[in-house]
Amino acid sequence: MTNTTTVRHDFETIASWVKPGSRVLDLGCGDGTLLKYLKDSRQAHGYGVDIKDANILACVQKGLNVIQNDLDAGLSGFEADSFDFVILSQTLQAMRHIEQVVAEMLRVGKQAIVAFPNFGYWRHRVQVLQGYMPVSPRLPYQWYDTPNIHLCTVRDFEAFCAQRNIRILERVVMDGERKIGLLPNIRGSVAAYRIERA
Amino acid sequence: MSKPNSIGVVTPQTARFESPLTLKSGATLPFYELVYETYGTLNADNSNAILVCHALSGNHHVAGYHAEHDKRPGWWDNMIGPGKPIDTEHFFVIGVNNLGGCHGSTGPSSINPQTGKPFGASFPVVTVEDWVETQARLADRLGIRQFAAIVGGSLGGMQVLQWSINHPDRLRHALVIAAAPRLTAQNIAFNDVARQAILTDPDFHGGDFYAHGVVPRRGLRIARMLGHITYLSDDAMGEKFGRILRSGAYNFGYEVEFEIESYLRYQGDKFADSFDANTYLLMTKALDYFDPTHHHQHGSLSETLRAARSRFLVISFSTDWRFSPARSREIVKALLDNNLDVSYAEITAAHGHDAFLMEDPQYHYLVRAYMERVAAEVAA
Repeated sequence: MTNTTTVRHDFETIASWVKPGSRVLDLGCGDGTLLKYLKDSRQAHGYGVDIKDANILACVQKGLNVIQNDLDAGLSGFEADSFDFVILSQTLQAMRHIEQVVAEMLRVGKQAIVAFPNFGYWRHRVQVLQGYMPVSPRLPYQWYDTPNIHLCTVRDFEAFCAQRNIRILERVVMDGERKIGLLPNIRGSVAAYRIERA
Repeated sequence: MSKPNSIGVVTPQTARFESPLTLKSGATLPFYELVYETYGTLNADNSNAILVCHALSGNHHVAGYHAEHDKRPGWWDNMIGPGKPIDTEHFFVIGVNNLGGCHGSTGPSSINPQTGKPFGASFPVVTVEDWVETQARLADRLGIRQFAAIVGGSLGGMQVLQWSINHPDRLRHALVIAAAPRLTAQNIAFNDVARQAILTDPDFHGGDFYAHGVVPRRGLRIARMLGHITYLSDDAMGEKFGRILRSGAYNFGYEVEFEIESYLRYQGDKFADSFDANTYLLMTKALDYFDPTHHHQHGSLSETLRAARSRFLVISFSTDWRFSPARSREIVKALLDNNLDVSYAEITAAHGHDAFLMEDPQYHYLVRAYMERVAAEVAA
Protein backbone atom coordinates (compact mmCIF):
# COMPACT_ATOMS: atom_id res chain seq x y z
CA MET A 1 0.00 0.00 0.00
CA THR A 2 1.26 3.46 -0.83
CA ASN A 3 1.87 5.87 2.00
CA THR A 4 -0.81 8.50 1.54
CA THR A 5 -3.44 6.98 -0.73
CA THR A 6 -5.66 4.29 0.68
CA VAL A 7 -5.73 1.42 -1.75
CA ARG A 8 -8.93 -0.51 -1.38
CA HIS A 9 -8.27 -4.00 -0.16
CA ASP A 10 -10.03 -5.66 -3.06
CA PHE A 11 -7.66 -3.71 -5.34
CA GLU A 12 -4.75 -5.46 -3.66
CA THR A 13 -6.43 -8.80 -4.26
CA ILE A 14 -7.00 -7.97 -7.91
CA ALA A 15 -3.44 -6.69 -8.30
CA SER A 16 -2.04 -9.88 -6.76
CA TRP A 17 -3.75 -11.84 -9.56
CA VAL A 18 -2.43 -9.64 -12.35
CA LYS A 19 0.96 -10.85 -13.53
CA PRO A 20 3.51 -8.06 -13.99
CA GLY A 21 3.45 -6.56 -17.47
CA SER A 22 -0.01 -7.93 -18.30
CA ARG A 23 -2.33 -6.32 -20.79
CA VAL A 24 -5.49 -5.41 -18.88
CA LEU A 25 -8.88 -3.96 -19.67
CA ASP A 26 -10.73 -2.38 -16.75
CA LEU A 27 -14.44 -2.14 -17.48
CA GLY A 28 -16.29 0.59 -15.61
CA CYS A 29 -12.92 1.96 -14.58
CA GLY A 30 -14.38 5.04 -12.87
CA ASP A 31 -11.74 7.64 -12.10
CA GLY A 32 -8.98 5.15 -12.90
CA THR A 33 -7.80 4.47 -9.33
CA LEU A 34 -7.52 0.70 -9.84
CA LEU A 35 -5.98 1.02 -13.28
CA LYS A 36 -3.39 3.47 -11.97
CA TYR A 37 -2.62 1.06 -9.13
CA LEU A 38 -2.16 -1.81 -11.59
CA LYS A 39 0.01 0.36 -13.81
CA ASP A 40 2.21 1.47 -10.92
CA SER A 41 2.38 -1.76 -8.92
CA ARG A 42 2.19 -4.38 -11.71
CA GLN A 43 3.50 -2.42 -14.71
CA ALA A 44 0.27 -3.37 -16.42
CA HIS A 45 -0.39 -2.01 -19.89
CA GLY A 46 -3.98 -1.10 -19.40
CA TYR A 47 -7.02 0.54 -20.83
CA GLY A 48 -10.05 1.69 -18.90
CA VAL A 49 -13.55 1.78 -20.28
CA ASP A 50 -16.19 4.10 -18.89
CA ILE A 51 -19.22 6.00 -20.06
CA LYS A 52 -19.11 9.10 -17.84
CA ASP A 53 -17.44 12.29 -19.06
CA ALA A 54 -16.03 13.07 -15.61
CA ASN A 55 -14.37 9.65 -15.41
CA ILE A 56 -12.82 9.98 -18.87
CA LEU A 57 -11.35 13.29 -17.82
CA ALA A 58 -10.10 11.91 -14.49
CA CYS A 59 -8.32 9.04 -16.28
CA VAL A 60 -6.72 11.35 -18.83
CA GLN A 61 -5.52 13.56 -15.97
CA LYS A 62 -3.86 10.48 -14.45
CA GLY A 63 -2.17 9.72 -17.77
CA LEU A 64 -4.18 6.53 -18.27
CA ASN A 65 -5.59 5.09 -21.45
CA VAL A 66 -9.36 5.30 -21.34
CA ILE A 67 -12.02 4.54 -23.92
CA GLN A 68 -15.44 6.16 -23.67
CA ASN A 69 -17.90 3.40 -24.36
CA ASP A 70 -21.21 2.06 -23.10
CA LEU A 71 -20.47 -1.37 -21.66
CA ASP A 72 -24.05 -2.46 -22.12
CA ALA A 73 -23.48 -2.00 -25.87
CA GLY A 74 -20.87 -4.78 -25.76
CA LEU A 75 -17.16 -4.88 -26.48
CA SER A 76 -17.28 -5.06 -30.27
CA GLY A 77 -14.31 -2.67 -30.48
CA PHE A 78 -12.04 -5.28 -28.89
CA GLU A 79 -10.59 -8.39 -30.49
CA ALA A 80 -11.02 -11.85 -29.00
CA ASP A 81 -8.27 -12.91 -26.58
CA SER A 82 -6.60 -9.51 -26.88
CA PHE A 83 -6.20 -9.00 -23.11
CA ASP A 84 -4.59 -11.07 -20.40
CA PHE A 85 -7.18 -9.85 -17.90
CA VAL A 86 -10.51 -8.13 -18.29
CA ILE A 87 -11.56 -6.63 -14.97
CA LEU A 88 -15.01 -5.66 -13.76
CA SER A 89 -14.63 -4.19 -10.30
CA GLN A 90 -17.71 -3.07 -8.39
CA THR A 91 -19.57 -2.54 -11.65
CA LEU A 92 -21.34 -5.87 -12.30
CA GLN A 93 -24.28 -4.96 -10.11
CA ALA A 94 -24.99 -1.80 -12.11
CA MET A 95 -24.98 -3.44 -15.53
CA ARG A 96 -28.13 -4.16 -17.50
CA HIS A 97 -27.00 -7.16 -19.51
CA ILE A 98 -24.88 -9.20 -17.11
CA GLU A 99 -24.81 -12.40 -19.15
CA GLN A 100 -23.70 -10.57 -22.26
CA VAL A 101 -21.07 -8.56 -20.41
CA VAL A 102 -19.52 -11.59 -18.72
CA ALA A 103 -19.54 -13.50 -22.02
CA GLU A 104 -17.84 -10.54 -23.72
CA MET A 105 -15.25 -10.32 -20.94
CA LEU A 106 -14.35 -13.95 -21.47
CA ARG A 107 -14.22 -13.49 -25.24
CA VAL A 108 -11.90 -10.47 -25.11
CA GLY A 109 -9.84 -11.63 -22.14
CA LYS A 110 -7.92 -14.82 -21.56
CA GLN A 111 -9.11 -14.47 -17.99
CA ALA A 112 -11.58 -12.19 -16.25
CA ILE A 113 -11.63 -10.75 -12.76
CA VAL A 114 -14.99 -9.82 -11.25
CA ALA A 115 -15.43 -8.10 -7.90
CA PHE A 116 -18.80 -7.16 -6.46
CA PRO A 117 -20.52 -6.34 -3.17
CA ASN A 118 -21.98 -9.46 -1.59
CA PHE A 119 -25.68 -8.97 -1.04
CA GLY A 120 -25.64 -11.97 1.30
CA TYR A 121 -23.40 -10.12 3.81
CA TRP A 122 -24.88 -10.48 7.30
CA ARG A 123 -25.39 -6.75 7.81
CA HIS A 124 -27.43 -6.69 4.61
CA ARG A 125 -29.45 -9.68 5.79
CA VAL A 126 -30.18 -8.01 9.13
CA GLN A 127 -31.47 -4.90 7.42
CA VAL A 128 -33.70 -6.93 5.11
CA LEU A 129 -35.03 -8.83 8.16
CA GLN A 130 -35.76 -5.49 9.79
CA GLY A 131 -37.79 -4.70 6.71
CA TYR A 132 -35.49 -2.34 4.82
CA MET A 133 -33.30 -2.46 1.74
CA PRO A 134 -29.70 -2.65 2.95
CA VAL A 135 -27.49 0.41 3.06
CA SER A 136 -23.81 -0.13 3.88
CA PRO A 137 -20.38 1.26 3.00
CA ARG A 138 -20.37 -1.11 0.01
CA LEU A 139 -23.97 -0.35 -0.91
CA PRO A 140 -24.19 3.29 0.03
CA TYR A 141 -27.40 4.08 -1.85
CA GLN A 142 -31.06 4.32 -0.95
CA TRP A 143 -33.42 2.00 -2.84
CA TYR A 144 -34.72 4.92 -4.91
CA ASP A 145 -31.40 6.33 -6.08
CA THR A 146 -29.24 3.24 -6.40
CA PRO A 147 -27.52 2.48 -9.71
CA ASN A 148 -27.33 -1.14 -8.57
CA ILE A 149 -29.96 -3.09 -10.45
CA HIS A 150 -28.47 -6.60 -10.38
CA LEU A 151 -27.24 -7.33 -6.89
CA CYS A 152 -26.21 -10.88 -6.15
CA THR A 153 -24.69 -13.06 -3.44
CA VAL A 154 -21.56 -15.19 -3.48
CA ARG A 155 -23.73 -18.25 -4.05
CA ASP A 156 -25.68 -16.60 -6.85
CA PHE A 157 -22.51 -15.76 -8.74
CA GLU A 158 -21.06 -19.22 -8.34
CA ALA A 159 -24.28 -20.80 -9.58
CA PHE A 160 -24.23 -18.37 -12.52
CA CYS A 161 -20.70 -19.50 -13.43
CA ALA A 162 -21.55 -23.19 -13.02
CA GLN A 163 -24.52 -22.87 -15.36
CA ARG A 164 -22.45 -21.18 -18.04
CA ASN A 165 -19.37 -23.35 -18.13
CA ILE A 166 -17.25 -20.67 -16.49
CA ARG A 167 -14.36 -21.98 -14.43
CA ILE A 168 -13.61 -20.23 -11.14
CA LEU A 169 -9.83 -20.16 -10.75
CA GLU A 170 -9.64 -18.20 -7.53
CA ARG A 171 -11.97 -16.57 -5.07
CA VAL A 172 -11.29 -14.07 -2.32
CA VAL A 173 -14.09 -12.91 -0.03
CA MET A 174 -13.39 -10.07 2.33
CA ASP A 175 -14.89 -7.88 4.99
CA GLY A 176 -12.90 -4.69 5.14
CA GLU A 177 -9.27 -5.74 5.14
CA ARG A 178 -10.01 -9.20 6.58
CA LYS A 179 -10.11 -12.23 4.33
CA ILE A 180 -13.06 -14.46 5.14
CA GLY A 181 -12.65 -18.23 5.04
CA LEU A 182 -15.61 -19.56 6.98
CA LEU A 183 -19.17 -18.71 5.90
CA PRO A 184 -18.12 -16.30 3.18
CA ASN A 185 -21.65 -15.67 1.91
CA ILE A 186 -22.62 -14.37 5.34
CA ARG A 187 -19.42 -12.82 6.66
CA GLY A 188 -18.04 -11.29 3.47
CA SER A 189 -19.03 -7.82 2.28
CA VAL A 190 -17.17 -8.07 -0.99
CA ALA A 191 -16.17 -10.93 -3.27
CA ALA A 192 -13.58 -11.14 -6.03
CA TYR A 193 -13.28 -13.95 -8.57
CA ARG A 194 -10.73 -14.87 -11.19
CA ILE A 195 -12.50 -16.82 -13.94
CA GLU A 196 -11.96 -18.26 -17.40
CA ARG A 197 -13.83 -20.17 -20.07
CA ALA A 198 -14.01 -23.82 -19.03
CA MET B 1 -5.52 43.43 -29.63
CA SER B 2 -5.23 42.86 -25.89
CA LYS B 3 -7.71 40.08 -25.36
CA PRO B 4 -7.32 37.80 -22.34
CA ASN B 5 -5.34 34.64 -23.12
CA SER B 6 -4.67 35.73 -26.68
CA ILE B 7 -1.34 35.25 -28.28
CA GLY B 8 -1.84 38.77 -29.62
CA VAL B 9 -0.62 40.04 -32.96
CA VAL B 10 1.20 37.42 -35.00
CA THR B 11 3.12 37.66 -38.25
CA PRO B 12 3.13 34.92 -40.87
CA GLN B 13 6.48 33.70 -42.18
CA THR B 14 7.38 32.03 -45.45
CA ALA B 15 9.72 29.11 -46.00
CA ARG B 16 10.93 28.51 -49.55
CA PHE B 17 11.96 25.00 -50.58
CA GLU B 18 14.18 24.69 -53.62
CA SER B 19 14.57 20.92 -53.66
CA PRO B 20 12.04 19.33 -56.01
CA LEU B 21 9.09 17.52 -54.49
CA THR B 22 7.68 14.47 -56.22
CA LEU B 23 4.03 14.17 -55.39
CA LYS B 24 1.99 11.00 -54.95
CA SER B 25 0.39 11.71 -58.32
CA GLY B 26 3.82 11.45 -59.94
CA ALA B 27 3.94 15.16 -60.73
CA THR B 28 6.93 17.14 -59.53
CA LEU B 29 7.06 20.62 -58.08
CA PRO B 30 10.53 22.09 -58.70
CA PHE B 31 10.16 24.41 -55.72
CA TYR B 32 7.41 25.63 -53.40
CA GLU B 33 6.74 27.97 -50.54
CA LEU B 34 4.91 27.30 -47.30
CA VAL B 35 3.49 30.10 -45.23
CA TYR B 36 3.32 29.42 -41.50
CA GLU B 37 2.92 31.00 -38.10
CA THR B 38 4.48 30.10 -34.80
CA TYR B 39 3.35 30.88 -31.25
CA GLY B 40 5.32 30.43 -28.05
CA THR B 41 9.01 29.65 -27.73
CA LEU B 42 10.94 26.62 -28.89
CA ASN B 43 12.78 25.17 -25.87
CA ALA B 44 16.51 24.42 -25.71
CA ASP B 45 16.26 20.82 -26.96
CA ASN B 46 13.55 21.59 -29.53
CA SER B 47 11.20 19.13 -27.85
CA ASN B 48 8.13 21.28 -27.17
CA ALA B 49 6.90 21.81 -30.72
CA ILE B 50 3.26 21.21 -31.65
CA LEU B 51 2.12 21.05 -35.27
CA VAL B 52 -1.47 22.04 -35.98
CA CYS B 53 -2.87 20.59 -39.22
CA HIS B 54 -5.76 22.44 -40.77
CA ALA B 55 -8.97 21.19 -42.33
CA LEU B 56 -10.63 21.87 -45.67
CA SER B 57 -10.94 25.64 -45.50
CA GLY B 58 -8.40 26.36 -42.77
CA ASN B 59 -4.95 27.84 -43.01
CA HIS B 60 -1.82 28.74 -41.10
CA HIS B 61 -3.54 31.49 -39.10
CA VAL B 62 -4.49 29.32 -36.17
CA ALA B 63 -4.41 31.76 -33.27
CA GLY B 64 -3.97 35.41 -32.48
CA TYR B 65 -4.58 38.42 -34.71
CA HIS B 66 -2.85 39.74 -37.80
CA ALA B 67 -3.42 43.34 -36.86
CA GLU B 68 -4.27 45.32 -33.79
CA HIS B 69 -7.85 45.88 -34.91
CA ASP B 70 -8.67 42.54 -36.54
CA LYS B 71 -12.22 41.54 -35.72
CA ARG B 72 -11.60 37.81 -35.84
CA PRO B 73 -8.71 35.79 -34.47
CA GLY B 74 -7.20 32.66 -36.04
CA TRP B 75 -9.53 29.72 -36.61
CA TRP B 76 -8.58 27.77 -33.44
CA ASP B 77 -7.91 30.69 -31.12
CA ASN B 78 -10.22 29.22 -28.46
CA MET B 79 -7.90 26.20 -28.21
CA ILE B 80 -4.46 27.73 -28.61
CA GLY B 81 -2.87 30.58 -26.70
CA PRO B 82 -1.38 31.45 -23.34
CA GLY B 83 -3.30 29.56 -20.64
CA LYS B 84 -5.47 27.81 -23.23
CA PRO B 85 -5.79 24.01 -23.62
CA ILE B 86 -2.82 24.00 -25.99
CA ASP B 87 -0.82 26.41 -23.90
CA THR B 88 1.69 28.58 -25.73
CA GLU B 89 3.39 29.23 -22.39
CA HIS B 90 4.61 25.63 -22.60
CA PHE B 91 4.58 24.81 -26.29
CA PHE B 92 5.96 26.13 -29.52
CA VAL B 93 2.95 25.85 -31.80
CA ILE B 94 3.20 25.84 -35.59
CA GLY B 95 0.35 26.47 -38.00
CA VAL B 96 1.09 25.92 -41.67
CA ASN B 97 -0.94 26.57 -44.80
CA ASN B 98 -0.93 23.33 -46.74
CA LEU B 99 0.58 23.05 -50.18
CA GLY B 100 -2.09 23.88 -52.73
CA GLY B 101 -3.71 26.34 -50.34
CA CYS B 102 -4.77 29.85 -51.15
CA HIS B 103 -3.46 31.79 -48.17
CA GLY B 104 0.18 32.17 -49.10
CA SER B 105 1.56 28.68 -49.65
CA THR B 106 2.22 27.67 -53.24
CA GLY B 107 -1.05 26.70 -54.82
CA PRO B 108 -3.19 27.03 -57.95
CA SER B 109 -3.55 30.79 -57.49
CA SER B 110 0.24 31.32 -57.14
CA ILE B 111 2.22 32.67 -60.07
CA ASN B 112 4.06 29.98 -62.01
CA PRO B 113 7.46 31.58 -62.67
CA GLN B 114 7.83 29.62 -65.90
CA THR B 115 4.76 31.28 -67.42
CA GLY B 116 4.34 34.38 -65.32
CA LYS B 117 0.70 33.41 -64.88
CA PRO B 118 -1.20 31.65 -62.08
CA PHE B 119 -0.83 27.86 -62.11
CA GLY B 120 -4.59 27.42 -62.29
CA ALA B 121 -5.57 24.06 -63.73
CA SER B 122 -1.93 23.11 -64.19
CA PHE B 123 -1.31 22.89 -60.45
CA PRO B 124 -1.00 19.20 -59.58
CA VAL B 125 -3.42 17.39 -57.30
CA VAL B 126 -1.86 16.90 -53.87
CA THR B 127 -2.65 14.30 -51.22
CA VAL B 128 -2.55 14.10 -47.45
CA GLU B 129 0.73 12.20 -47.76
CA ASP B 130 2.19 15.05 -49.81
CA TRP B 131 1.17 17.50 -47.11
CA VAL B 132 2.79 15.39 -44.43
CA GLU B 133 5.97 15.29 -46.49
CA THR B 134 6.06 19.08 -46.88
CA GLN B 135 5.25 19.60 -43.21
CA ALA B 136 8.15 17.28 -42.35
CA ARG B 137 10.46 19.37 -44.51
CA LEU B 138 9.29 22.50 -42.71
CA ALA B 139 10.00 20.76 -39.40
CA ASP B 140 13.52 19.96 -40.64
CA ARG B 141 13.97 23.59 -41.57
CA LEU B 142 12.90 24.69 -38.08
CA GLY B 143 15.19 22.14 -36.43
CA ILE B 144 12.37 20.01 -35.06
CA ARG B 145 13.28 16.35 -35.11
CA GLN B 146 10.31 15.19 -33.09
CA PHE B 147 7.04 16.96 -32.31
CA ALA B 148 5.70 16.78 -28.77
CA ALA B 149 2.33 16.44 -30.47
CA ILE B 150 0.61 16.83 -33.81
CA VAL B 151 -2.98 17.99 -33.61
CA GLY B 152 -5.77 18.26 -36.13
CA GLY B 153 -9.52 18.10 -36.64
CA SER B 154 -11.39 16.66 -39.62
CA LEU B 155 -9.04 16.65 -42.63
CA GLY B 156 -6.43 17.89 -40.14
CA GLY B 157 -6.95 14.74 -38.08
CA MET B 158 -6.30 12.66 -41.18
CA GLN B 159 -2.93 14.36 -41.57
CA VAL B 160 -2.13 13.51 -37.95
CA LEU B 161 -2.99 9.87 -38.61
CA GLN B 162 -0.80 9.86 -41.72
CA TRP B 163 2.06 11.40 -39.75
CA SER B 164 1.85 8.60 -37.20
CA ILE B 165 2.19 6.06 -40.01
CA ASN B 166 4.77 7.74 -42.26
CA HIS B 167 6.96 9.27 -39.56
CA PRO B 168 6.27 7.22 -36.43
CA ASP B 169 9.33 8.52 -34.59
CA ARG B 170 8.72 12.17 -35.33
CA LEU B 171 5.77 12.66 -33.00
CA ARG B 172 5.25 11.67 -29.38
CA HIS B 173 1.52 12.30 -29.32
CA ALA B 174 -1.22 12.35 -31.93
CA LEU B 175 -4.49 14.19 -31.32
CA VAL B 176 -6.95 12.99 -33.94
CA ILE B 177 -10.19 14.96 -33.64
CA ALA B 178 -13.48 14.53 -35.55
CA ALA B 179 -11.69 12.50 -38.19
CA ALA B 180 -12.15 9.24 -40.10
CA PRO B 181 -9.75 6.62 -41.40
CA ARG B 182 -11.13 7.28 -44.91
CA LEU B 183 -14.24 8.80 -46.41
CA THR B 184 -17.43 6.86 -47.04
CA ALA B 185 -19.15 6.85 -50.43
CA GLN B 186 -21.65 9.33 -49.01
CA ASN B 187 -18.86 11.70 -48.02
CA ILE B 188 -17.21 11.47 -51.42
CA ALA B 189 -20.61 12.10 -52.96
CA PHE B 190 -21.02 15.35 -51.03
CA ASN B 191 -17.56 16.42 -52.15
CA ASP B 192 -18.33 15.68 -55.75
CA VAL B 193 -21.53 17.71 -55.73
CA ALA B 194 -19.46 20.59 -54.36
CA ARG B 195 -16.86 20.10 -57.08
CA GLN B 196 -19.49 19.88 -59.79
CA ALA B 197 -20.91 23.21 -58.64
CA ILE B 198 -17.50 24.79 -59.26
CA LEU B 199 -16.52 22.82 -62.37
CA THR B 200 -19.78 23.65 -64.17
CA ASP B 201 -19.75 27.34 -63.28
CA PRO B 202 -19.25 29.19 -66.59
CA ASP B 203 -16.80 31.49 -64.80
CA PHE B 204 -14.54 28.56 -63.94
CA HIS B 205 -12.92 28.46 -67.39
CA GLY B 206 -11.40 25.05 -66.83
CA GLY B 207 -9.55 26.36 -63.79
CA ASP B 208 -7.90 29.28 -65.56
CA PHE B 209 -10.44 31.91 -64.55
CA TYR B 210 -7.71 34.24 -63.27
CA ALA B 211 -6.85 35.32 -66.83
CA HIS B 212 -10.48 36.20 -67.42
CA GLY B 213 -10.64 38.44 -64.40
CA VAL B 214 -13.55 36.45 -62.94
CA VAL B 215 -14.14 34.04 -60.05
CA PRO B 216 -16.56 31.09 -60.20
CA ARG B 217 -18.56 32.60 -57.37
CA ARG B 218 -21.75 30.69 -57.99
CA GLY B 219 -19.95 27.38 -57.80
CA LEU B 220 -17.98 28.30 -54.70
CA ARG B 221 -21.12 29.60 -52.97
CA ILE B 222 -23.09 26.44 -53.64
CA ALA B 223 -20.15 24.24 -52.66
CA ARG B 224 -19.85 26.08 -49.36
CA MET B 225 -23.59 26.08 -48.71
CA LEU B 226 -23.69 22.33 -49.20
CA GLY B 227 -20.66 21.90 -46.97
CA HIS B 228 -22.23 23.94 -44.19
CA ILE B 229 -25.36 21.80 -44.21
CA THR B 230 -23.25 18.71 -43.65
CA TYR B 231 -21.12 20.31 -40.93
CA LEU B 232 -24.14 21.10 -38.78
CA SER B 233 -26.50 18.68 -37.11
CA ASP B 234 -30.21 18.67 -37.91
CA ASP B 235 -30.91 19.58 -34.28
CA ALA B 236 -28.43 22.45 -34.17
CA MET B 237 -29.82 23.87 -37.38
CA GLY B 238 -33.37 23.46 -36.14
CA GLU B 239 -32.59 25.12 -32.86
CA LYS B 240 -30.74 28.04 -34.41
CA PHE B 241 -32.97 28.73 -37.40
CA GLY B 242 -36.08 26.58 -37.20
CA ARG B 243 -38.59 27.83 -39.76
CA ILE B 244 -38.07 31.45 -38.83
CA LEU B 245 -38.93 33.84 -41.64
CA ARG B 246 -36.99 37.05 -42.03
CA SER B 247 -40.06 39.14 -42.77
CA GLY B 248 -42.41 37.07 -40.65
CA ALA B 249 -44.59 36.07 -43.61
CA TYR B 250 -44.40 34.15 -46.85
CA ASN B 251 -43.55 36.26 -49.87
CA PHE B 252 -44.36 33.56 -52.43
CA GLY B 253 -41.11 34.12 -54.29
CA TYR B 254 -37.51 32.96 -54.45
CA GLU B 255 -35.76 35.69 -52.56
CA VAL B 256 -34.31 34.99 -49.11
CA GLU B 257 -37.18 34.15 -46.80
CA PHE B 258 -36.15 31.60 -44.22
CA GLU B 259 -33.35 32.46 -41.79
CA ILE B 260 -31.49 29.30 -42.78
CA GLU B 261 -31.40 30.54 -46.38
CA SER B 262 -30.00 33.83 -45.22
CA TYR B 263 -27.36 32.10 -43.13
CA LEU B 264 -26.23 29.76 -45.89
CA ARG B 265 -26.09 32.52 -48.50
CA TYR B 266 -24.10 34.70 -46.15
CA GLN B 267 -21.64 31.86 -45.51
CA GLY B 268 -21.47 31.13 -49.23
CA ASP B 269 -20.78 34.76 -50.16
CA LYS B 270 -18.14 35.15 -47.47
CA PHE B 271 -16.38 32.03 -48.68
CA ALA B 272 -16.59 32.95 -52.37
CA ASP B 273 -14.90 36.26 -51.55
CA SER B 274 -11.99 34.68 -49.72
CA PHE B 275 -11.31 31.20 -51.05
CA ASP B 276 -9.80 29.97 -54.28
CA ALA B 277 -11.96 27.61 -56.33
CA ASN B 278 -9.02 25.49 -57.46
CA THR B 279 -7.84 25.09 -53.88
CA TYR B 280 -11.31 23.98 -52.89
CA LEU B 281 -11.29 21.33 -55.61
CA LEU B 282 -7.85 20.18 -54.58
CA MET B 283 -8.66 19.99 -50.86
CA THR B 284 -11.82 17.96 -51.41
CA LYS B 285 -9.90 15.61 -53.68
CA ALA B 286 -7.24 15.15 -50.99
CA LEU B 287 -10.05 14.21 -48.62
CA ASP B 288 -11.49 11.68 -51.07
CA TYR B 289 -8.13 10.09 -51.81
CA PHE B 290 -7.13 9.79 -48.17
CA ASP B 291 -6.91 6.14 -47.26
CA PRO B 292 -3.74 5.08 -45.44
CA THR B 293 -4.58 1.45 -46.16
CA HIS B 294 -4.66 2.06 -49.92
CA HIS B 295 -1.05 1.16 -50.61
CA HIS B 296 -0.96 -1.49 -47.95
CA GLN B 297 -0.97 -5.07 -49.10
CA HIS B 298 -3.42 -6.28 -46.47
CA GLY B 299 -5.64 -3.25 -46.72
CA SER B 300 -6.57 -3.18 -43.03
CA LEU B 301 -6.15 -0.14 -40.86
CA SER B 302 -4.75 -2.30 -38.06
CA GLU B 303 -1.99 -3.56 -40.36
CA THR B 304 -1.30 -0.05 -41.61
CA LEU B 305 -1.01 1.37 -38.10
CA ARG B 306 1.43 -1.34 -37.07
CA ALA B 307 4.21 1.16 -37.81
CA ALA B 308 2.80 3.81 -35.45
CA ARG B 309 4.64 4.55 -32.21
CA SER B 310 3.00 7.67 -30.81
CA ARG B 311 0.38 7.88 -28.12
CA PHE B 312 -3.09 8.90 -29.25
CA LEU B 313 -6.01 10.97 -28.10
CA VAL B 314 -9.00 10.40 -30.37
CA ILE B 315 -12.06 12.61 -29.98
CA SER B 316 -15.42 12.51 -31.75
CA PHE B 317 -18.65 14.46 -31.35
CA SER B 318 -22.03 12.83 -30.78
CA THR B 319 -23.98 14.72 -33.46
CA ASP B 320 -21.23 14.73 -36.10
CA TRP B 321 -22.71 12.76 -38.99
CA ARG B 322 -20.12 13.75 -41.57
CA PHE B 323 -17.29 12.19 -39.50
CA SER B 324 -19.34 10.19 -37.06
CA PRO B 325 -18.16 8.70 -33.73
CA ALA B 326 -18.30 5.25 -35.35
CA ARG B 327 -15.53 6.35 -37.75
CA SER B 328 -13.35 7.47 -34.85
CA ARG B 329 -13.97 4.16 -33.14
CA GLU B 330 -12.56 2.42 -36.22
CA ILE B 331 -9.33 4.32 -35.63
CA VAL B 332 -9.40 3.46 -31.92
CA LYS B 333 -9.91 -0.22 -32.68
CA ALA B 334 -6.95 -0.28 -35.05
CA LEU B 335 -4.79 1.40 -32.38
CA LEU B 336 -5.94 -1.10 -29.74
CA ASP B 337 -5.16 -3.95 -32.11
CA ASN B 338 -1.59 -2.68 -32.13
CA ASN B 339 -1.38 -2.32 -28.37
CA LEU B 340 -0.78 1.43 -28.75
CA ASP B 341 -1.59 3.90 -26.02
CA VAL B 342 -4.90 5.54 -26.83
CA SER B 343 -7.66 7.41 -25.09
CA TYR B 344 -10.97 8.01 -26.78
CA ALA B 345 -13.72 10.44 -25.88
CA GLU B 346 -17.07 10.94 -27.51
CA ILE B 347 -18.12 14.48 -26.67
CA THR B 348 -21.84 15.10 -26.30
CA ALA B 349 -22.25 18.21 -28.41
CA ALA B 350 -25.06 19.67 -30.48
CA HIS B 351 -23.09 21.27 -33.26
CA GLY B 352 -22.31 18.35 -35.55
CA HIS B 353 -18.96 18.30 -37.29
CA ASP B 354 -18.41 21.99 -36.52
CA ALA B 355 -18.25 21.10 -32.81
CA PHE B 356 -14.52 20.47 -33.09
CA LEU B 357 -14.02 24.22 -33.59
CA MET B 358 -16.35 25.23 -30.77
CA GLU B 359 -15.65 25.84 -27.14
CA ASP B 360 -17.11 22.94 -25.18
CA PRO B 361 -16.16 22.45 -21.52
CA GLN B 362 -15.60 18.68 -21.59
CA TYR B 363 -13.78 18.83 -24.93
CA HIS B 364 -11.47 21.61 -23.82
CA TYR B 365 -10.89 20.13 -20.34
CA LEU B 366 -9.84 16.88 -21.99
CA VAL B 367 -7.42 18.45 -24.43
CA ARG B 368 -6.05 20.59 -21.60
CA ALA B 369 -5.58 17.59 -19.31
CA TYR B 370 -3.91 15.61 -22.07
CA MET B 371 -1.64 18.45 -23.10
CA GLU B 372 -0.64 19.10 -19.48
CA ARG B 373 0.74 15.55 -19.41
CA VAL B 374 2.55 16.22 -22.67
CA ALA B 375 3.97 19.44 -21.25
CA ALA B 376 5.21 17.60 -18.16
CA GLU B 377 7.02 15.11 -20.42
CA VAL B 378 8.87 17.74 -22.40
CA ALA B 379 9.74 19.71 -19.27
CA ALA B 380 11.20 16.62 -17.61
